[in-house]
Amino acid sequence: MAQKTVEFNVGRNPEMGVDGLPTPSPMAPFDVPEPDLGEEHMLVNIGPQHPATHGVLRLVCELDGETVVNVTPHIGFLHSSFEKLGEYRTWNQIVPLTDRMDYLAPLIYNCAYVMSVEKLMGLEVTPRCKVARVILMELDRIFGHLLWLGTTAIDVGAFTPFLYTFHERERIYTLHEKLTGARITTSATRVGGLMADFPEGWIAELEHFLDTFPRTLEEVHQLLTGNGILIGRTQGIGVIGAEEAVNYGFTGPNLRASGVDYDVRKDQPYYDYETYDFEVPIGEHGDCYDRYLVRMEEMEQSIGILRQAIERLPDGPMDVEDPRITLPTKTDAMSDMESMIHHFKLITEGIPVPSGDCYLPVEASKGELGMYLVSNGGGKPVRWRVRPPSFVNISVLPKLARGHLVSDLIMINASLDIVLGEIDR
Amino acid sequence: MNGLDGVDAGPIPSDTGAAPEAGAPADPAGHPSVAALFDRFGDAVTHHEVSAGDEHVVHVDPSRNVEILGWLKDDPDQRYDLLRDVTCVDHGGGEPLRVVYQLWSIPHRRALRVRCLLELDALEIDSVVPLWATANWLEREVYDLFGVTFRGHPDLRRILMPHDYAEGHPLRKDFPLRGRFSRAEQTRRALNQDVDRFYIPAERAVGREPQEVTLAAESGDSETEG
Repeated sequence: MAQKTVEFNVGRNPEMGVDGLPTPSPMAPFDVPEPDLGEEHMLVNIGPQHPATHGVLRLVCELDGETVVNVTPHIGFLHSSFEKLGEYRTWNQIVPLTDRMDYLAPLIYNCAYVMSVEKLMGLEVTPRCKVARVILMELDRIFGHLLWLGTTAIDVGAFTPFLYTFHERERIYTLHEKLTGARITTSATRVGGLMADFPEGWIAELEHFLDTFPRTLEEVHQLLTGNGILIGRTQGIGVIGAEEAVNYGFTGPNLRASGVDYDVRKDQPYYDYETYDFEVPIGEHGDCYDRYLVRMEEMEQSIGILRQAIERLPDGPMDVEDPRITLPTKTDAMSDMESMIHHFKLITEGIPVPSGDCYLPVEASKGELGMYLVSNGGGKPVRWRVRPPSFVNISVLPKLARGHLVSDLIMINASLDIVLGEIDR
Repeated sequence: MNGLDGVDAGPIPSDTGAAPEAGAPADPAGHPSVAALFDRFGDAVTHHEVSAGDEHVVHVDPSRNVEILGWLKDDPDQRYDLLRDVTCVDHGGGEPLRVVYQLWSIPHRRALRVRCLLELDALEIDSVVPLWATANWLEREVYDLFGVTFRGHPDLRRILMPHDYAEGHPLRKDFPLRGRFSRAEQTRRALNQDVDRFYIPAERAVGREPQEVTLAAESGDSETEG
């Protein structure tokens, strides 16, 4: 398996412990005597409305001075019961719910959901659709990582990378809008295909993005990767070893930063990912800095995958022709009785999905996204379960933050790359 | 049932649900772990089926779930070290709830799904938190949304719904989409919130007693007097 250890020309600061032990703050400004506060601990609320929590997350911290003794994440503020709503909807009507979960990389969720329905139906999509979905998913991996990069830079006090990354994100928003008509709530996929083929000139615009985006990424690299403040704030902070990371259910870049070579695209490939030439970046220290490096490298790899996918994008139909899911043409539905009945039944009852259950994992930008569907043969799911990567990742925060300073807690939280819409669902 | 009827009644009322069709038993030789499970645990593995083409599912005795899952995790030939997901499925109609564990073995690149069927009058199962720390929040979510109690869980309390949510467990099939209480009652409860309900007991115990704080710097001669 192709694998790559992230390496940059950056020395690790020996004073910042990488052995997992918290280190004292490198920037104590004044030589003042520590006030004697006794044994009392303080309880401090961070959030739910605080920009550093990256959403509506509430962290209740028990502090000893400035050191985190314990932290309890309280979630559920954005709970929208998407899984319950899904039980009232036909299979295709669920697609708009999926992009409202991870609104930072909506197309991955659109694709993952319909992929699981298609697997349960035993439906093979067209070659063009496969490559098109790879393009959408890799584009949104960059999309999600860019938001993480900008907000993390803000959390360590660097404002410029935020402007750069959000400018690039805006260009991806434009691509979303040209393809689907919406910037965030894309709802781009349908069971058996996409809502529409790529519009004219879309691929050329994507290529232009791929040509110019690496320059921005390089600039951010120069601004951040060797930056003393970023290194001081991230190296040796929030360390988790490989075995523990697996035990705590880490997936995605967080797990790979701890040195575990697990990527769904390589280990359980879908959509011919095994034929694309790309490398999976692996970290070795499992700290915030390695999580940063792994995501930076993943964006580079995604650019490569996108280029290959554009090159191999075949002509041909985007949607499968299958009477179970394909609506008859408007002309047929209006002139032919059988076609009209067919149209009516597909719309009112939903597409029939055979009885059974199916768990389909894909590599989302946050980690392993699993869609677990249970059907009893009807037009609606019995159960639609999303295995949320951010939900599992944020559950490790108390373990990572214990013993660190409050400012490190903010950095650790940022390095996990969470999105609350998907944690709360 | 169609349209908005379900909004008030729940997707499948508990008296009309259809029993899930059990998949046809599959050949245990198709999956190395399943064959080993049958050899080692015999009667405790009650069913094996293949779903969606290539996904192997085994049903195990809920009273021995920790023993069997622990063996799957630690045995050198199995090594299912990543617990992808813990969730639950309610089929309605008085059918048993199904607690579902999705396992993945990073070294062997194998997946296995383990189901435990829990009768509605005995919704208790041993927690697997001692095996996988990731089960902590996942089991809390199942407890919150389905009402399954996990014995031995270190911190079993609601996670997505408020701590004092009194309307039941929302993902059960007989739970109506709008909740069990009227909108007026829900509003009344929301307005009568006590601040203390936002904190768990362990947090309420921190720093409750007021304490005199003296700064060491103030005891000597200090510039604050001047």
